[in-house]
Amino acid sequence: MTLALYVPVASPVHRAPAGVKLLALIAVSVVVFAVPTLPVVGGVLVAVLLTGLGIARLPAALLGRQVRAVVWWLLALAVVTGVVGGVASAALVVLRLLTLVLAAAVVTATTRVTELVAVVEWLCSPLRVVGVRPARIGLLIAMTLRFIPLVAERAERIRDAQAARGGAVRGIRAWTTTAVPLLVQVLQMAHTTAEALDARGADDDAPPARPPGRGRR
Amino acid sequence: MKTRDLAYVALFAAIVAVLGLVPAIQVGPVPITAQTLGVMLAGSVLGARRGFLALLLFLVLVAVGLPLLASGSGGLSVFVGPSAGYLYSWPIGAFVVGLITELTWTRYNLAWALLANVVGGILVVYAIGIPFVAVYADAVTLRQSFTGSFVFLPGDAVKAVIASLVAVQVRRAYPVIERPRRAAAVR
Amino acid sequence: MAEHSTDAVADPARGIVLTGVGHTYGSRTVLADVTVTLTERRVGIIGANGSGKSTFARLLNGLVVPTEGSVTVDGLDTRGQLRAVRRRVGFVFQDPDAQIVHPTVAEDVAFGLENMGVPPAERAARVGEVLDRYGLTGHADHPAHLLSGGQKQLLAIAGVLVMRPARIVLDEPTTLLDLLNARRVARLVQELDQSVVVVTHDLALLGGFERVLVFDAGRLVADDSPAAAIDTYRSLMAGRT
Repeated sequence: MTLALYVPVASPVHRAPAGVKLLALIAVSVVVFAVPTLPVVGGVLVAVLLTGLGIARLPAALLGRQVRAVVWWLLALAVVTGVVGGVASAALVVLRLLTLVLAAAVVTATTRVTELVAVVEWLCSPLRVVGVRPARIGLLIAMTLRFIPLVAERAERIRDAQAARGGAVRGIRAWTTTAVPLLVQVLQMAHTTAEALDARGADDDAPPARPPGRGRR
Repeated sequence: MKTRDLAYVALFAAIVAVLGLVPAIQVGPVPITAQTLGVMLAGSVLGARRGFLALLLFLVLVAVGLPLLASGSGGLSVFVGPSAGYLYSWPIGAFVVGLITELTWTRYNLAWALLANVVGGILVVYAIGIPFVAVYADAVTLRQSFTGSFVFLPGDAVKAVIASLVAVQVRRAYPVIERPRRAAAVR
Repeated sequence: MAEHSTDAVADPARGIVLTGVGHTYGSRTVLADVTVTLTERRVGIIGANGSGKSTFARLLNGLVVPTEGSVTVDGLDTRGQLRAVRRRVGFVFQDPDAQIVHPTVAEDVAFGLENMGVPPAERAARVGEVLDRYGLTGHADHPAHLLSGGQKQLLAIAGVLVMRPARIVLDEPTTLLDLLNARRVARLVQELDQSVVVVTHDLALLGGFERVLVFDAGRLVADDSPAAAIDTYRSLMAGRT
């Protein structure tokens, strides 16, 4: 998973368990909404920056990119709240958003995708009761990452074929004439993939290493 | 769920990701992206449950740090920003599109498709996305957030038309949603 | 439907037995009235597109359970003992792109073993052994989608062989390959220890086969030696435009 936003550094923040970091993120978001005063929100922001830049040694440019992604929001919120509630409330709203976005960015940049996936699987384990197998989440993710380039490639091929026959390349018609054959092709492909996985035992109820007696899905 | 259902769910999560590669038009704070087209198609083609799961899976991939959103962004930050409500609305939107599609499946046509996609893909998305912005800043009233979201309406209307035209044709060529209560003999 | 795959005892001598098999998708009949017993080690299936040969292949490991009649493999019924049949019969698809889903070569080969509940240490050993046999060792940690077409098909076959099935069904394994890679796969098929059923348009693949079935419009129309069956197929096609 090379396209991930993870930044490898040997730091205590990186080594901290993913679950702990997610809990900390939740704590941050609760605090900045529950105690909406400038000193508290400002203090949390400083703490987040210290953690990200100081302890985790993340590049400042990386955090800057995350801020740039919400810069429009910051402006709009500052203007609207400023007009209605004055400078203080505008500052609060801006600091709050900055704090949350940066805290989340720090967690994302210091935690491997596989660790987060493990947390997701753990979170889904109660779903076992309703027949969802948490171990299947890894398979779902693998399939999705596999399908992304395949879908993009087939879309390209269909567009080329249609352009070669003088088909529309823009507008609603171009979208539908591409999307219909594309969807039919990729649905068939997904069906074959499922068959191939089943042929290798993907639909076995549970690995035989586990105690038997579990009901059918 | 059968493996085939898992594959369809993964496929539509991938389709939403690929739609993120279509260049977005930046209008103010929220980009107009092709990805909500994926919300509509997932519901229209897969139905409520699988459509919901496809979008949920997509959001999980974004949350664990894959930059799959149209702007090339990802990670947890997008789930705490003011536009996060729009993201949260996607699985629910796909579910509603799918539900209406399933209920009208036997007489499904362009009109029903449009209804499903407008209700699930536009109304539900706005109904969750707009108030979420207001939660963020106490002074930003619902009304301002509501007015602001009107820039998206033309784009969303076009997407609903495309999704509906596509859904009707895919239903003929490769129906995935099954008619309710088919004979359960074939396994 | 209770299944006791561990209790199921296979009897290799009984071979693959189809009795009065028919299959329909909705109102479309793709296979009708097939009764045949296959005990040979090398069986080929040929026929035009849409003749029902792919469905026939899928019947042999329970990917498709027939709407009529029954299929047994070494005495195991695909309807009641599906898991046991799947363990016994490996299946290789035409398009390796649809078969490979895991990010790296080694992970994809390990997938079937994970499903079988093979412990990690044994899993790693078996994966290593198979990768070595098919010249993929150097690619173990490479992204699977970056392999060449020929390597992908080898990987797909490796992912099945690592499970050590008693029989292997291949559905047009050379259709998407160039001449050189097709020849490699053909040699690989010849050298397999397992009993093999191959569906193919590639008549060169059938060299050394013991028996070839010809399908047409959902029916079994010939069952013969390769040379005779291919003649039948050619004359069948010659009459059409």
